[in-house]
Formats: sequence, C-alpha cells, structure tokens
Amino acid sequence: MMNAMINNVSVEVEDGLTILEAARKYNINIPTLCHYPELHINSDCRICSVEIDGRKGLKTACSTPIKDGMNIITNSPRVLNARKTITELILANHDANCTACTRNLNCELQSLAKNLGIDINRFPSVLERKPLDLLNPSLVRNSNRCIKCGRCVDVCKNVQAMHVLETMHRGHEMTVGPAFDEPLNDQTCTFCGQCANVCPVGAIMEKDNTDVVWEKLHDPSVYVMVQIAPAVRVAIGETLDHENGLISNGKLVSALRHLGFDHIYDTNFTADLTIMEEGTELIDRIMNGGVLPMMTSCCPGWINFAEQRHPNIIDHISSCKSPQQMFGTLAKTYYADKSNIDSRDIYVVSVMPCTAKKYEATRKEFRSFYDIPDVDIVLTTRELSKMFRQMGVDFDLIKEEPFDNPFGITTGAAQLFGASGGVMEAALRTVYEIVNKKPLVDINFESVRGLQGIKEATVDLGGKEIKVAVSNGLANTKTLVEQIEAGTSPYTFIEIMACPGGCIGGGGQPYGTTNDVREARLASTYFIDEEMVCRKSHENEMILALYEDYLDEPNSEQAHHLLHTYYEARK
Amino acid sequence: MKEHKLLTKRFGEIDPFSIEDFVNVGGYETLKKAMKMTSEEIIYEVEASRITGRGGANFPTYMKMRAMSKETGDMYLVCNADEGEPGNFKDKHLMEKDPHQLIEGMLISAYAVGANRGYIYIRGEYQSAVYLLEHAINEARKHGYLGQDICGKDFHFDLEVRQGAGAYVCGEEFALLESIEGKPGRTRVKPPFPTEAGLFMKPTLINNVETFSTLPHIIEMSGEEYGKLGSSFASGTKLISLSGNVKHKGLYEVEYGTTIRQVIEELGGGVSNGQKINMVQLGGACGPIIPEHLLDMDIDNERFEIFNSKMGAGAIIVIDDRFDLFEILLRTMTFFAHESCGKCAPCREGHIQIVKLLQKFYDTKVTYKDYESLVSLANVIHETALCGLGQTSTTSILATVEFFQYYYQQRIRQSERREWAL
Amino acid sequence: MQIIDVLKKYPASQTSLLEILLEIDRLKDNHYISKEEVHMISEYLGVRTSHVYSVLTFYTLLSTEPRGKHIIQVCKDIPCYVNDAFDVRKTLEKMLNMSVGQTSRDGLFTLEETACIGCCDEAPAMLIDLEPYTNLTRDKIERILASYREVTL
Repeated sequence: MMNAMINNVSVEVEDGLTILEAARKYNINIPTLCHYPELHINSDCRICSVEIDGRKGLKTACSTPIKDGMNIITNSPRVLNARKTITELILANHDANCTACTRNLNCELQSLAKNLGIDINRFPSVLERKPLDLLNPSLVRNSNRCIKCGRCVDVCKNVQAMHVLETMHRGHEMTVGPAFDEPLNDQTCTFCGQCANVCPVGAIMEKDNTDVVWEKLHDPSVYVMVQIAPAVRVAIGETLDHENGLISNGKLVSALRHLGFDHIYDTNFTADLTIMEEGTELIDRIMNGGVLPMMTSCCPGWINFAEQRHPNIIDHISSCKSPQQMFGTLAKTYYADKSNIDSRDIYVVSVMPCTAKKYEATRKEFRSFYDIPDVDIVLTTRELSKMFRQMGVDFDLIKEEPFDNPFGITTGAAQLFGASGGVMEAALRTVYEIVNKKPLVDINFESVRGLQGIKEATVDLGGKEIKVAVSNGLANTKTLVEQIEAGTSPYTFIEIMACPGGCIGGGGQPYGTTNDVREARLASTYFIDEEMVCRKSHENEMILALYEDYLDEPNSEQAHHLLHTYYEARK
Repeated sequence: MKEHKLLTKRFGEIDPFSIEDFVNVGGYETLKKAMKMTSEEIIYEVEASRITGRGGANFPTYMKMRAMSKETGDMYLVCNADEGEPGNFKDKHLMEKDPHQLIEGMLISAYAVGANRGYIYIRGEYQSAVYLLEHAINEARKHGYLGQDICGKDFHFDLEVRQGAGAYVCGEEFALLESIEGKPGRTRVKPPFPTEAGLFMKPTLINNVETFSTLPHIIEMSGEEYGKLGSSFASGTKLISLSGNVKHKGLYEVEYGTTIRQVIEELGGGVSNGQKINMVQLGGACGPIIPEHLLDMDIDNERFEIFNSKMGAGAIIVIDDRFDLFEILLRTMTFFAHESCGKCAPCREGHIQIVKLLQKFYDTKVTYKDYESLVSLANVIHETALCGLGQTSTTSILATVEFFQYYYQQRIRQSERREWAL
Repeated sequence: MQIIDVLKKYPASQTSLLEILLEIDRLKDNHYISKEEVHMISEYLGVRTSHVYSVLTFYTLLSTEPRGKHIIQVCKDIPCYVNDAFDVRKTLEKMLNMSVGQTSRDGLFTLEETACIGCCDEAPAMLIDLEPYTNLTRDKIERILASYREVTL
C-alpha cells in the first residue's frame, strides 16, 4: 500500500496502480480519450494530463504510476487549460459536423468537449478532406473523423493479430489505414469490426443498411422476414437504457413487429440445426478417419482469417454453413416451397452482433437460386437499435410476443452460440448423448465458459477421452492454428470465434464493449440457457420435424446440398 | 581565451582511416587501463567526473551506468549519433575525425556495465561518418579490440552501425531504439526507462557520441581531475558548434564556464560583414533565442532552466540584425511541424496551428488574440507533449516572448495600423 | 543486383527493415520502393505489409514514388538560411526549371528540401545523393549540376 495526495485528499492504494486507476478508486474522475480498458496504454491524446508536485511539465495519469508521497492535482486551471487546448486542437483537425454523424450523442470526443466546456475553438480547421472508404460490404472508414487515438490499430494488430490497420506517414500528415493507403478489402481484412467497436468517434463504422430495410418493409411486393442472432438480445438493451443489456425474446419480437416485419424468426433455430449437422460431421470424422481436429465454421471473421492467412488448414474446418446462412437457405428453399412463394420475392434480413456477417451474406457460395443471396441484408445490433430509435419504440410499454414458426422454437444450447465456448458446449451436449447413448449428468461445461483466450476440456466419447479447445480473439486463434500446421495439435474439436468473448463481444455490438460489459452479456446468455425448458439441440422437436419433413437426416444428401459449403484460399 | 582541446586534440593529427595512427598516439591504452579496473571503480570515476549527457538532456552519466551494471542477462549499448538538431555538427566531426575515440569510449562503457553488443545509430544524411565508422569497426575487430576475448581477456563486445533514414525525432532515445528495431521512430511511454527495458525490451545504455567519446579521457586523467575542468555547475569541456553570421564558423572545444560572448567574439571572430548581433539561438531549433545583452552568461547558465533546455547539445547560432524574428520562428516551427512523429496530439496538431499563427505575424496580419493563442499553445505543447521533441520545440517562442516582447507588440500594432489603412 | 540478393544479405527479422529499405532505394536509379518490393520485403522479414508501409512513409529519405537519378536536398534550416545570400533553393529551381518536390523531365534530378545536414560551418549547403556540397555560390551550383549532367551523358 502507498499513500499519496490527489487534490489535497489523501489516498491509500495498493502498489502498481497508475494515477488514473488510483484516482478512480476515490471517485476522482480524470477525463481520458485514447484510453480503453484491455488495450495498451499509449498515452497519445494527453487529455488525462495532471500536475505532480516537483515534476516538470504535466504528466499523463493513464501512464504514470502513482508513487508514495506524490502530490497530484487534477483540476488546476493549468491542467484544465491544457486539456481544453488539446481538445480544441483535435477538433480543429476533425470533421466536427456532429449532428450529421452516426455517433452524435454517443461520441467520446463530443462528450469530452462538452464536459470540458468547450464553447469556442481558437484554432481554425486544418482538416484536409479525404475520400471515404466504402468499397467493402462490412465497414466504412471516414478518415476525416479520425483522431489518431490508436485504438483500432492496437485491437487489429495485437488483439486480432491481423495488423491490417497501421499508422502511416508522420506528423500532421499521419493517417490510420491499411498498407499503400488502400481501402479495406477481403484479401487482408476479416471485417471482424473490432476496430469499429473501439473507435471513440465515427471514423470506422459498420456499413449502414437501415435505409434499405425500411424500403423493403414498405414494399408490398416482397415478403420480408427477419432472423435475430442469440448475442443481439443480450446486448441491445444497453443502447436502450435497459439494465444488463438483456431484452426478452418476447419484447424483441414485439418491437420488430412494430417496425413492420411480418415474419420474425430466431437464428437460434438454425443454431440447433448447425449442432445437428456439425455434431454428426464430427462423429463421422472421428469414426471414419476424417481430418481432425475439426474446427467450427459459424464465425465469418474466422473463416476470412483462415482463407486469407492459413488456407492450408481449410480441410479442418467443418463444412457446415453458419446458422445465419442455414437460415437464409431454408428461407429461400424449404419455406418458399412450403408456402408456395417465389424465393425471389422473399427478402431475408438478419440482425447480427457482427460486421463480418455482412460480408458473409454477399459470398457467392451462399446463393441457392439465381443470383440472389440467401440472406439479403444484414443489420448489426447497433443498426437495429437505430431503427428502434427512429421508430421511437418504448420497451417499457411494449407487450411480449412469441417468435413465429416454423423457425421459432429453440433450445438453451442454441442461445450459447453467442458466447465463446458456446458452440462447443452445445455440440458436446448433443454429441455426448448420441455417441455414448446415455444422458449427460451435468450439461454445463464450465471449463469452456468465460473470457479466457484459449480454453480446454476433456470429454469421454465412446470410452475414448478426447480433448477439445476453444479460442476467442484471432491472436489466440493463431496459436491454435499454428499448432495444427506444426502437426502438434492435441485436440479433436476446436471452436473458434474471431471476437474476444465470442459474438457477445462482436464488432457490431453496442459501443463500450469492455470486459465488464462482456461478463454481463455472458451472464445473460447463461441465464437464458438455464431458463429454457429444452437445453439440447437434438431434443428440439421442430428440428426433428424439419428433418422428417424435408432434410431426411443429418448429413444426408439433401442436408449436404442445402446446409454445407466449401472454402477457398484467397490470393 | 583559448580552446581546451581534449576530445578534439587528435583532430587533424591522425588519419581517421588508420587505427595505427590512433594506437601510436596512445589510443586504446585507456581501454587496457579500464580493463584492469572493476566495473564499480570505472563507474565511480565517471561519478567523480560529474559528467552529464552531452546530447542535451544533461542526465548524470554515472547514474545510467550504475542502473545498467545492476542488470543481468542480455543488454545493449547504443550510441546516439542521430545528430539532427539544426546548428549541431559536433558528432559528425567526432566520428569523421577520431572514430576510434568513440569506439574506445563505448568499449569502456560496455566493459563497465557488462554489455556485449552495441549499436551506433548514425543519421542517414551522414554517409561519410557511416563509412568511416564501419571502416573503424572493421579495423578494431582485426586488431582484437572488438569481438571475442578483447585484449586477451574474457570480455566480448561487438558493434554495428545502423543508419537513420531521415527523421529528426529519432534523436529521442526511445524513437531511436524503435528505429533500430525496424519501426517508425515513435517514442514509447515512460516508464520503463531504457536502462530497464530499452532495445528489444532489454536494458540499454544509450549515450550521445560526445558522452561516449569523453569516457576515455575521464579514465585516463581520473574522474577527479576531469571534474576540476569546467565550472561549479558543469564539469569538463564542451564541444560548441558555432554557426550563423559569424566570421569563423566552426567547431570549438571549450571548458564549461566560458561565456557565450567569448565563443562568438574571441573564437568566432564576431559578427561578419559589420552587422550587429540581433539574436542568438542556443542549442539548435529546440533552444531559446536570446538577445545580445545576455551573451555574458556561461554556456551552462542555469537561467535557461526555465525553458527546460539550457545549451542543448552545444550549438550557438548567431543571427544578425538583417533578419526578422518571425521569419526565424516560422522556419523553426515549420521544421517541427514536419518532424513531429504524429503520435501525441499536442505535438501533431499543435505545431501546424503554431505555424499558422506565426504566418500571421510574418504577414503582419496578427491580433492580440492571436498572440495570446500562440503563447498559450506554446506552453501547452511544452507541458504536455509525450517526448523531448514537443517538450522543447516551443522554447524559441517562450524565450522570445520574454526577451523580444517588443517585436511581438510592434508586429501587432503594425497589423492594426495596416488594418486601418485598408 | 536483384532485390532478392539484397534481402538475403540481412537477417530475416524486423530489425533489418530500415537497412533493407535504404539499400534498395540506393540501388535503384529511380530511388523508390514499389508495392511489389514492399510485398517481397514483408514476406522475407515475416512482417505485415502495413508495417513495411508505415516505416516506408515515416522516413524522409525513403519514397513510395519514383524519383530522379540524383536527389538534390537543399538545407532549409536557420544556419544555412542566415548565410544564404542568393537563395539556394530558388536558384536551383530556376536552373532546373522545376520546384521543390518535383523531378526533372529527363529524370535526372529530384529537388527536395531537407532538415539541417550538419554543414552549418560551411553554409549554405546541400546534398546530392547524400554527398555534401558546401559554401555554395551561384557559380558553384552551376558547375556541380553540369558535372552531374556530364557524367550521365
């Protein structure tokens, strides 16, 4: 423990804290801008500057360790003037057209300016306008708003090990972007969207598709259906001032109906279907000497990563389409058949926690008929929240309603898809019972839960112990993939999620996804699972009926034709 | 007054390409002497000499060496030869005229702290220094002064020259280390300091060319004797790069305690062309600009503490009365705007605004408000920038606001009059 | 010498990057690093192209655009400026019929400005292909340019 003074208040804190951390323990709030929990402290913005008695100049609270006997002032005119000046400087090189920005009232720079009381900028704008990067289906980069805080570079380089984004050029001409100042593209970027999630301003955003959806909702000639992913419901409430971020299925369905959707389905349904297909594939690979370890395929960021950087391990990836794409296929084949609707008239909207899903939906493999995509358009959690705001949906007043059928009955296992380790847990619940022909005693696989980057478990399958692994965050994934490449992987089955924490921490989730927030979303996920009557995919009666009615049996020819895909090396 | 030649005593006397020349005048003898001493004895001599870093930061050299000597495992020695501060050319002369002196100084340091690998980071613009040092390193290796079992003892040390590629900011120690690692020259957050985690995150002793080059002399004459040179503020000799409007521009080695006026008038022969001294910039672009009446200060005068810079690396740039203060400031600040690495906000966004404000002064289109903004901004950059570049870049503004306030007021009044006339 | 031969001279680790870039730049008549070369370097060193490009665009001695055979760099800092009686930069611009930042039509010269080159005791000064030319006068510049033109012819 050590003793110091902050603003003439004596503080006693444990060793090794920064001034910022120590001050927060005593409810002394020092403003920050570039700082983000879980990312590196680069102290680039200098906003958290404070005075320390006896030290020259000002020091940044985020990076300076607090020392015994330090006398720190965080609110002197000298400090406030420095903070204001730096903010004015940043604003002078920022496209500060706040009312015409997605991040209006949800922007860290805007909040800072407001909190510091900036009412005039002494410095003229020095912004040199650059064109927007709009050439991919997932993300938009607007360099005119970039404040060079370094967060996106850090997350791309260190958390995701992609290193697509980097700081280029120097001094006042410094920019953030890909090599050769080129646009983002599917040769190098996985579109995981973590950069967009940590951006404090509107410099990197998902490509907004809400306008198209509004148009389709009002087009009488199309049959608009929507599917909503498991991770969305545990987070969207954060943007609507709901505690824990959890919105009940019932309210969500009702709100979607408010927006004008006629047919509201649950991606959890095709998550259960994925378990049937993937579980069967795993058993087949184990029994018949297939390529092992098998790796999951539901995460499009991971698929992009594998195709770009590690095409030699493509055979390890399950051939199953992701739940989103299985849904799209079923909508345009099974549903169209059964309802006698031309699949060209069906318009499938997905709501996903993910920006890479936007890219996934455009892939050429995912077109069952003609040249129309199975999933027509993908909205992120943030975009759906925007549509709710546009409509003024009041969640307190809204009534509960069930999902529509035939894609509305789901299990607790499917809900787990939103969490890192969840696909693994759901698969094990099913595979164990099918192979061992006896019920699982404890269906909760605690060892694959949580935010740890790489998790392991051992399972008994038919008298044989198999090792499984789960990774989240592509930097951790790289470790597991390199084991496979080196031929040293001890695992039989591996679940991969590109984003830290899995889909609950996806790039399309509400801003401010820190580990605390991820924990809350995980808690909601496991809460939903516990509350479900049916918690194993192979016990979902609607799924069994679907096989009976249309797909024959898991991994049948029909199932293969509709629900499986292939991967290709890119370059 | 006369020069006191210590580091420059062999300049012109020996062929810098010839290690034999160097050895014939007693070169590498001090290394042998040092290798008979213990690490602590050497560091004690350095402490007794009171030498501080000659690159401008004036940090006591022995403190870095002592911190390093406590570390174990891999560690590095790095010589900062990225002399980019406008008006400085001492390191270039040290490397081009007596390269083995530097190598000997690095060897003594390496022996004292226990490092066995070193880098000399020379700016890419100094091709002849690069060539000479690479040659000198090869010669030293051939003669058993670098490599394995140096001088037949169990001491291994080797050196490598690394070139900069045009970035002033790489003179900042962490930026320099980043550059050696093959990255853009952007500084790191301190702590940890280089002696704790420097090059490749290993303990690193990084010193200026002049500092390393002084070490053999300290060991040769003893720290105590060296400490007797100079003044009570600073010991030893200092290389002064004298340039600008003086008759005899050039490199001079003088004892601390010498005044700026002595250097300019007695060594430099005073102002050329019968003009008068108007301003003198000390240290380089990052140093203060002072008026003629302050020239009687020592080259180590404590007065400059307020601007956090003193004499910097020892440049004196004389500017006669033909030149406009604001043209000088504008050029200086344009330099910093161009050389800022871009990492921290006040430096990246601040210098471009400073340039805009100074342009208004230069164009005589300035208001009192602009003046206030300029001073406020100069202070904020100085107080909040992440590294030495931004912390010192506005010194010339802060100093001239104090010493040449008249020019600022005059330019504001001229602007007002010009406005009325329109 | 081929690019690959340059690469092989250096250990395949990131720390070699700057030395490699400088050597390739000097090796090539048009003194720049192309996109293909960035890819080759990145592959050889095992670092991302974004890293190579960030280094390449940080340092002023390096270029992503083709330049002239000879690169003239005029010092623009105070010690040269206060000793520059005839405006070295403008003189060069006039003699070469182009402005700073441009390359002559014959591809022979690129004119750049540089920060202090440590020739303050012999100001004004400039570098051509990093070779210093000092105590410049109008005549001297004319002779220097002529000598470069002659060698090329």
